[in-house]
Amino acid sequence: MSIKLALSDEILMKVEKPARYIGNEINSVVKDKDSVDIRFAMCFPDVYEIGMSHIGIQILYDMFNKYDDVWCERVYSPWVDLDKIMREQDIALFGLESQEPIKNFDFLGITLQYEMCYTNILQVLDLAKIPLMSKDRAEEDPIVIGGGPCSYNPEPIADFFDIFYIGEGETKYRELLDIYKEHKKNKTSRMDFLVEAAKLGGMYVPCLYETSYKQDGTIESFEPIRDDIPRSISKEVVIDMKSADYPVTPVVPFIKCTQDRAVLEIQRGCIRGCRFCQAGQLYRPVRERDVDDLKKKAMEILANTGHEEISLSSLSSSDYSKLEELTDYLIEECSKKYVNISLPSLRIDNYALDAFGKVQDVKKSSLTFAPEAGSQRMRNVINKGLTEEDILNGSKMAFERGWNKVKLYFMLGLPGETKEDIEGIGDLCDKIARVYFETVPKEKRTGGPVQITASTSFFIPKPFTAFQWAPMNTKEDFLEKAYITRTSIINQLNQKRIKYNWHEADVSVMEGVFARGDRRIAPVILEAYKRGCMYDAWNEYYHNDVWLQTFKDLGVDIDFYTTRSRELDEIFPWDFLSCGVSKEWLKKEWLRSKEAEVTPNCKLKCNGCGAAIYGTGICTGDGR
Amino acid sequence: MKVRIKFAKYGVMKYIGHLDIMRYFQKCMRKADVDIAYSTGFSPHQIMSFASPLGVGVESRGEYFDIELNSGNAEYVKERLNAVMVPGMEIISVVKLPDGVKNAMASIAAASYTVFPKDGYEHENQCTDKIEDFLLQESIVITKQTKKNEIEFDLKPHIFSFEFDKEAYRMLVDASSAGNIKPLAVIEEYGKFCGVDISLDHYQIVRNEIFTESEGKLMSLESLGEDF
Repeated sequence: MSIKLALSDEILMKVEKPARYIGNEINSVVKDKDSVDIRFAMCFPDVYEIGMSHIGIQILYDMFNKYDDVWCERVYSPWVDLDKIMREQDIALFGLESQEPIKNFDFLGITLQYEMCYTNILQVLDLAKIPLMSKDRAEEDPIVIGGGPCSYNPEPIADFFDIFYIGEGETKYRELLDIYKEHKKNKTSRMDFLVEAAKLGGMYVPCLYETSYKQDGTIESFEPIRDDIPRSISKEVVIDMKSADYPVTPVVPFIKCTQDRAVLEIQRGCIRGCRFCQAGQLYRPVRERDVDDLKKKAMEILANTGHEEISLSSLSSSDYSKLEELTDYLIEECSKKYVNISLPSLRIDNYALDAFGKVQDVKKSSLTFAPEAGSQRMRNVINKGLTEEDILNGSKMAFERGWNKVKLYFMLGLPGETKEDIEGIGDLCDKIARVYFETVPKEKRTGGPVQITASTSFFIPKPFTAFQWAPMNTKEDFLEKAYITRTSIINQLNQKRIKYNWHEADVSVMEGVFARGDRRIAPVILEAYKRGCMYDAWNEYYHNDVWLQTFKDLGVDIDFYTTRSRELDEIFPWDFLSCGVSKEWLKKEWLRSKEAEVTPNCKLKCNGCGAAIYGTGICTGDGR
Repeated sequence: MKVRIKFAKYGVMKYIGHLDIMRYFQKCMRKADVDIAYSTGFSPHQIMSFASPLGVGVESRGEYFDIELNSGNAEYVKERLNAVMVPGMEIISVVKLPDGVKNAMASIAAASYTVFPKDGYEHENQCTDKIEDFLLQESIVITKQTKKNEIEFDLKPHIFSFEFDKEAYRMLVDASSAGNIKPLAVIEEYGKFCGVDISLDHYQIVRNEIFTESEGKLMSLESLGEDF
């Protein structure tokens, strides 16, 4: 079947990487449009190479296209060069598979993986010629539905969406599509459909809710405007992960993408409970996939894609109870097929180092630790169960095996952080260097001396974490703290062996606003977009001055959302959602953090977070 | 054994660049379960070498690469590969190279092209019937921009044939490393000769075949091989 491209040859020859826009990749799905009832466009609002690397879309794409009555296509943000051309020449955004305008689809699903993609949502809607505001959409416009981690505080972008799907996509889409088909058949109104959708469970339809505010700007109440609409919405969870489907024919891009490999999701959720980490709470309870099924699927994926590398995906792979069995199997089978294995997010121990030694060139690779904080006290505050001893022992073992590069990740601006905590970063780096010089005799220091890289990012409090009450640091605090970190490193004996990188502070402040923002942020995002903001996640396209001016012009106070201290009984914009973990429990964790008290992980002890309500995974003893 | 694979690349695939096509074929070898040989060392790679990179936007009915194959026969390899090709990619032939045949890239002498207006464009008027006169010139000197300076270069000895037939320019030109000619350079010069400023980006190029020289004759790269 020959598809007529949406873009002319002249345009495709002019833009950077035309392969972003032509579809036709191995395993992409082309259906006869007349044989389906529902056209679904699945969008990752960033450039193709980023979006194609996202496993969530591959899972849903596979699921939808297994339905005979649905054709799911992909769409990504056109890069800035094509964006300009499309606006000048009035070309409508299209699905990659059919090359047909998104505007004629039934659904536009947008995955919300990080806050800084919000203007790109508007870009996609705009180029698709879909009204930006949900309230302005006509009967025939696609239903715009959001999902993913940022939908756990959807309020700053609530105006732009018709529905947010809260939780894991595998469970409720079939029912939603059936309701939609019924609605289409009976020609009921868009609003009728949205009301029905809102009753389904897991679906947040923003236009059916209203917020009122107190004098001080905090939320007074958040209520549905109709009696038959639920007051709170619980996330959707795959209960039986062992038999949950997983795509064995993922789409294989032609151009190099961020994730240019087969990806095997081994489990969902995390037992660790780090207090800064949103993912660790949102995806509870931990549910493991079946190891035999994973082995089989791994081989199928490799056979169906021809990928030369396979990677394990989870929030903390070391906690997967059958990790050794799976890794040993993959190492054995993949070496026969000349397939590489990448093992991210493993805790450094004897087993991990042996496995690394088998799958990568020790001399070229580096060892990664994420202590997140410089001092043990601070690591207790954030409940990061990684001790200095773990790091130094792990480094020693690695140095003995020939590694000489260590990467360390830290956060600055954590709640209650002191100068000493920050200076601990330099001390820790130096101790690792000392371990190297003590462990590796001079004659064995081939491949150059030890290289330690410390990177810091700025801590941004996120909804549904123990730190959702925490005031965020100001930009000035952040920069000061980066300076303290740098000084603490320069003052070390082995400072020449330590490299320090830090993040931009401006964009962190903005991310902080979006993360805990409410509905009053939406007009700012809309206006900033109109003033040209787009691709804010890309440093070179992030215009801090425009953002600051827009907040100012619209009279929205940034500090209210970032640096303000929140009372324990404040109603948060996301309180009407539930991810299983209760607000009471998070409150307890917030108070424990102030005492630097550690909470054990789910394997050691159930701490009663609330996720047991789903009755699955580790909460029922599975994988413990 | 050394095996030469001839393929076509057309349609939307013309927008995929050379490096990505190499990666594509590496994946296809695995997907098709072709028993290709790997190099030794810590990071083994498939033994595969391409004849000549094809520019983005150019279509071809005669592209080549050589691989080292451990086992299998021509029919099997061709069938398996074609079963995993995407629309716009096609395996045309698979042949075994006798010992001593130089690799595809090293042996290139010439290539044939068809050049015609893309959809929506037409040939510039009165510019198709002066080819004989164009080729009768003593020399066809162009200036080539190199990294450092401009050099003069005579196209004429490198144009082996050039004609207009069935609404398209057809040419056989030098493609050796010493004198590789871009087909549009010929069209551009011809336009100048006719006094017409030809808009080169309105033309579609199709490479038809790549040739090597053997005993004074031009032979297609596949003709050096044999069935197996």
